[in-house]
Amino acid sequence: MTDLLKNRRLRDNVLQLVFVGGIALMLATFAVTGKTNLDAQGLTSGFGFLEKTTGWRIGFSLIEYDTSSPYWLAIVVGLLNSLLLGAICLPMATLIGVTVGVMRTSGNGMAELVGTLYVEAFRNVPLILQLLFWYALLLSLPNPRDAEPILGGIVMSGRGFYFPALNVLGSSVVVSLFVVLGGASLALWLQAVRWRDADPASARRERRVLGGLMVALVVLAMWLGRLPETGLVSLPELRGLNYQGGVRVAPELMACIIAISVYGASYIAEIMRAGFNAIPKGQGEAGHALGLTRWQILSRIRLPLAIRIVMPTMINQYVWLFKATTIGIAIGFADFFMVISTSIVQSGQTLELIGILMAGFLIINYSLAWVLNRVNDAIRLRGSQLRI
Amino acid sequence: MTDIVPPIARFREVLSKDLRRRYFATYTDTAVTLAFAALVLWVLWGLLDWAIADAVFSADGREACFQTEGACWSVVTNRWRIILFGLYPFEEQWRSAIACITMVIVIALSCLPWFWNARRLPLLWISGFASFYILMRGGLFGLTPISEREWGGLALTVFIFAAVSLIGMPLAIVFALLRRSSLPWISRIMALVIDTIRSLPLLTIMFTFALVLPFVLPGWAIGDTLYRVIIGYALFFACYQAEIIRGGMQALPAGQEEAAKALGLGYWHRVGHIILPQAFRNALPPTINQFVITFKETSLVTIIGFFDVMASGRAASGTAEWSFAVIEVYVFLALIFFTFTFSLSRYGAHLERRLSVGRR
Repeated sequence: MTDLLKNRRLRDNVLQLVFVGGIALMLATFAVTGKTNLDAQGLTSGFGFLEKTTGWRIGFSLIEYDTSSPYWLAIVVGLLNSLLLGAICLPMATLIGVTVGVMRTSGNGMAELVGTLYVEAFRNVPLILQLLFWYALLLSLPNPRDAEPILGGIVMSGRGFYFPALNVLGSSVVVSLFVVLGGASLALWLQAVRWRDADPASARRERRVLGGLMVALVVLAMWLGRLPETGLVSLPELRGLNYQGGVRVAPELMACIIAISVYGASYIAEIMRAGFNAIPKGQGEAGHALGLTRWQILSRIRLPLAIRIVMPTMINQYVWLFKATTIGIAIGFADFFMVISTSIVQSGQTLELIGILMAGFLIINYSLAWVLNRVNDAIRLRGSQLRI
Repeated sequence: MTDIVPPIARFREVLSKDLRRRYFATYTDTAVTLAFAALVLWVLWGLLDWAIADAVFSADGREACFQTEGACWSVVTNRWRIILFGLYPFEEQWRSAIACITMVIVIALSCLPWFWNARRLPLLWISGFASFYILMRGGLFGLTPISEREWGGLALTVFIFAAVSLIGMPLAIVFALLRRSSLPWISRIMALVIDTIRSLPLLTIMFTFALVLPFVLPGWAIGDTLYRVIIGYALFFACYQAEIIRGGMQALPAGQEEAAKALGLGYWHRVGHIILPQAFRNALPPTINQFVITFKETSLVTIIGFFDVMASGRAASGTAEWSFAVIEVYVFLALIFFTFTFSLSRYGAHLERRLSVGRR
């Protein structure tokens, strides 16, 4: 018996069997109990309910949706809202974060102080509290009637922000979005298989051709989708009690955008600072010795190096930031999570909906991480380019 | 003796040189400095004006608040008990206060390196947590029993944070060890579990544990919603912390484990005496960062419907009487969180500097 216990392979196999068996047993218990409970409540499991009409409204939707729409459409609306939030917040957070990161490593005492104040103020307060704060602040803005347009037609009111917009169909905006995304993926792919080893001049020429093609396609899509008998740009105009024209951004969406961008930026700023500090001092000094200006040193030497250093950390940060968009439920922004939880309450199809929720987040986050990892592979420094 | 420069003049010289280098090196620098200084002064001025100069502090100042543009701190002076203690019975709120202070002391003590070993730290936390629980729950030493449903405010936030840390940390160590196990099935399944949970938002995990789990758990295992949410949060914490610990382990030179093996140490000796202590040392700054994030995100339970400090703060300004002063309550809550997380993150930064000095 003791010999058996001392046989390492046997012991390892038994351990693994126990581990896998334990997890399988747990999952089986879940499945069996779930099935019993479903039967007891008289609910039918399966995804048939997705075709039923929802009967409830969604506050904010990018596509056509009303109370007679089926569940799957509601879920798509929520998903699109989440993606929209992510697509706005991630670049905004990056922009603010990189700026603050540059400020904190600029060598100017005052800029460093402002950057530090920013990071400490926004990083040490929970996101949900910041969100509620911004929401309360936005709601306390004046009525549309009393709000004055600023900066070429932007109106800030308690019922939302109004921005000037192009007079085009929504579908051509979606097409343009896909053109840009497709072009960016094509560029990444070409970078990996073709441009990396190609002659720099011809690579540059091909990049320009690709860029020009993308711009032409976007302009074409906008032109085809223009609304007849209207001007090119629609400005928000006060009619009666409210503004007409332009694009209205609801306070819920605006609060989410501000809170998540500002909060995310404070983390990205710290990552960027660490990246700047990791660059060997000699790199900047060499630029200085060559007579480059401070702006040139920053834009040509320090920033490109820092971006490559922080890229792996940044990928995690982006995934984390996208997960943070679920916070919208706190103020009633109809994101993916909120639509799913409302559906659970309304339809009772708990397990299926939670499955959809988890699958949605896994797919989005894994693809986000996959794309960013490809970006990282494409721009990563090779060999002895960076000597630390 | 006469050629010694008086210290004050020398100081002045250094100061002016340093000032010029840091703030007024070039024309651009001067412009940037002045612009940012103006910005800081403007924000600071407005903030002080709002928060102190024009503010109303007295407890019965509701009417006075309408006369001024400034902050209405009356809502805090009037309703601070609701914010801090929630629905906890009024006469017993001293217990809640002492319990919170106990936990803060425990957290402060665990920052002392003297406690950093496998015996003292768990002992400190378990005894601290037990006294917190006994004080809050009552039923012993003549204290009236008060069920978890009546807990609220800051005490509930602290309770959730402490419970998550206490359950999550051992779990994280186990997860990290399982993930780097040499047995392929165990390490692969563990990697899958950790990566999956890490790519889900905390809110969905809490939601699942609060609302979905009762559906698939056998009756005896359902328990109270509060404890299910805590376990879900602890699981989430453990997955993140496990990766941090694993990072600390990977930073160890391979020779450490090989030497231990060569000396004939068994697995538990290797892990307990060689690997984990050094891995924790490597992973200390990100670990503290993780605790800071965990404390902040405790506030998410308010969405699931618990009466934590966020919810009680909103309740304090939720009545018609004080609904106009919601911003003031948010600022007060922000200050509470800021005090906790700022001191903890400063401590983390200090630790990071200290550790990096030792390594150089």
